[in-house]
Amino acid sequence: MNKQKFISVVLDDEALVLRAVIKLQENNELILDVLSPFPVHGLDEALKIKRSRIPVAGFISGALGAVLFFVFQAWVFTVSYPLIIGGKPFFAAPAFIPITFEATVLFAGIAMVIAFFVRSKLKPDINFESVNERITDDLFVILVDAENERTNSERLGSLLSDIKTINIG
Amino acid sequence: MFQSPLRAPLIKGKKDYSTITRDILDPMVNKAGKLWYMGITLSGIGLIFGLLMMGWTVWQGIGTWGENRTVGWAFEITTFVWWIGIGHAGTFISAILLLFRQKWRNSINRSSEAMTLFAVICAAIFPLIHLGRPLLTFFIFPYPNTRGLWVNFNSPLVWDVFAISTYFTISLLFWYVGLIPDIGTFRDKIGKGIKKSIYNFLSFGWKGSARDWHRYEITSIMLAAIATPLVLSVHSIVSMDFASSILPGWHTTIFPPYFVAGAIFSGFAMVLTLLIITRKVLHLEDYITMEHVENMNKILIATGSIVGLAYFTEIFMAWYSGIEYEHYALMNRVKGPYWWAYWIMILCNVVSSQLLWIKKLRTSLVFTFILSIVINIGMWFERFVIIVTSLHRDFLTSSWTMYKPTIVEYGLLIGTLGLFFTAFLLFIRVFPVISISEVKSILKLSGEGRSDKDNSHE
Repeated sequence: MNKQKFISVVLDDEALVLRAVIKLQENNELILDVLSPFPVHGLDEALKIKRSRIPVAGFISGALGAVLFFVFQAWVFTVSYPLIIGGKPFFAAPAFIPITFEATVLFAGIAMVIAFFVRSKLKPDINFESVNERITDDLFVILVDAENERTNSERLGSLLSDIKTINIG
Repeated sequence: MFQSPLRAPLIKGKKDYSTITRDILDPMVNKAGKLWYMGITLSGIGLIFGLLMMGWTVWQGIGTWGENRTVGWAFEITTFVWWIGIGHAGTFISAILLLFRQKWRNSINRSSEAMTLFAVICAAIFPLIHLGRPLLTFFIFPYPNTRGLWVNFNSPLVWDVFAISTYFTISLLFWYVGLIPDIGTFRDKIGKGIKKSIYNFLSFGWKGSARDWHRYEITSIMLAAIATPLVLSVHSIVSMDFASSILPGWHTTIFPPYFVAGAIFSGFAMVLTLLIITRKVLHLEDYITMEHVENMNKILIATGSIVGLAYFTEIFMAWYSGIEYEHYALMNRVKGPYWWAYWIMILCNVVSSQLLWIKKLRTSLVFTFILSIVINIGMWFERFVIIVTSLHRDFLTSSWTMYKPTIVEYGLLIGTLGLFFTAFLLFIRVFPVISISEVKSILKLSGEGRSDKDNSHE
């Protein structure tokens, strides 16, 4: 981070994080992000994170997989190379269901994971630098927007005076 | 915070978040102990022996196996189904128990998902060498070719190809997505160097942002939601390899649920075998507690009873259907030349798992460990009984025969066991064997004692 545009409030307990976030928001501070070692319950609502549309991506892709594979099997057995197998009709729809189902799951699963990686900007990166190496261990960091003149460490410190913080700055 | 008086704590001892990190990463940071080296030597020898036998099979041909014209399917398909079944417990723990919000899954899901992956790899070896010409494996996938031919989509064997490759892919994705935050934890614990670069690469730049966690949780729960019907479909389709034939003893509609229950049964037994050793060797007794072992034992009772019911249903249907061939196939299992295999199956699967009703046995590690191995032997024999006894006395009396496995076939079983344990032993050295972030998230609710910094809250 070359230019400091935010102030980080470091805490060590998820319940305190939630209280601090609500307190800061009540005082019109803009919270950019909260970094934590595990998902903090209630934080999604407090930060007003919109429900992710990853399931939608999964649904669309899954539906595509289903249609694609059902039509493909039907095309193979009715148009491309019709064969009588065990006296079954060429268009033996029930026999196509298992593969259609597997394709649905495969397409949906892959699409959701890709959507997750793309939306969260996760990619293999050898030179990744952590903001604070203890975030993945036991610390919680609230990143407060400091683009305005009002916000500074002292103000945040006084706002959070009744909540035990590790560091503000 | 509220602590349930009914349930034992899932995390023992006084812990805070950094102790959890340290405890779980310990096996990755420290040098491996003597036991680990002994284990990997043993499994490595098994693996090498198996590879030699595989090479011999490919070089010499399927004639090195004990199969004959009557018993065309035997040892290899038995072991294939056995491995696929073992894999099912991993998905059951990671997906189905997640949907049911079972908190005790949090410290066992990682290792059992890894177990699933390794078991599926072991299983996939068998169809591969079964083909005799492994280089032509791609024939089983539908691809445009100059002959204008396609695979037979009406065949359960082709469904199997799709089911197992989908199962492996989804399990791998589920496992890896779950691993990313924990790889991040390890990444932040090691100094610069090649190791750091590798884990940097593997962690996908995870930073623990609230929005990322939100998406992570949604992705996990959605993957669990699609993996749940998937795992049920996989073993159902495996069972249809048999059930859709017209052979007495195979041609039964009970096979799909019967196979799925059996799969989860044997899988949980394997999870117990692995975890009882792992918790001891890696000193994770605080995280994989007696409560976990007991819960898994309860699942063993449930699935073991379903398996028992399925055996009974087969007996009942052989009589009730009035079909003399069904009747003969069953009686041949019970008191034919392979009677011992049938009774090993009954004893190891049905009788032994009922002992778990006794609390003292259910909470005994030694008993559970022995039982888990007994159950896995029993489940191997279940598939053997289903496959070989149905085949060896077929419709033509003159072709009745016996099947006897060769050393090559035993070698293949030993080889996959070697592969399985080698892979698992390597896994516990390079990845966190317990999901660190998930254990942390239940610490306040299900931890025994926490050096609590915030008692004022709520």
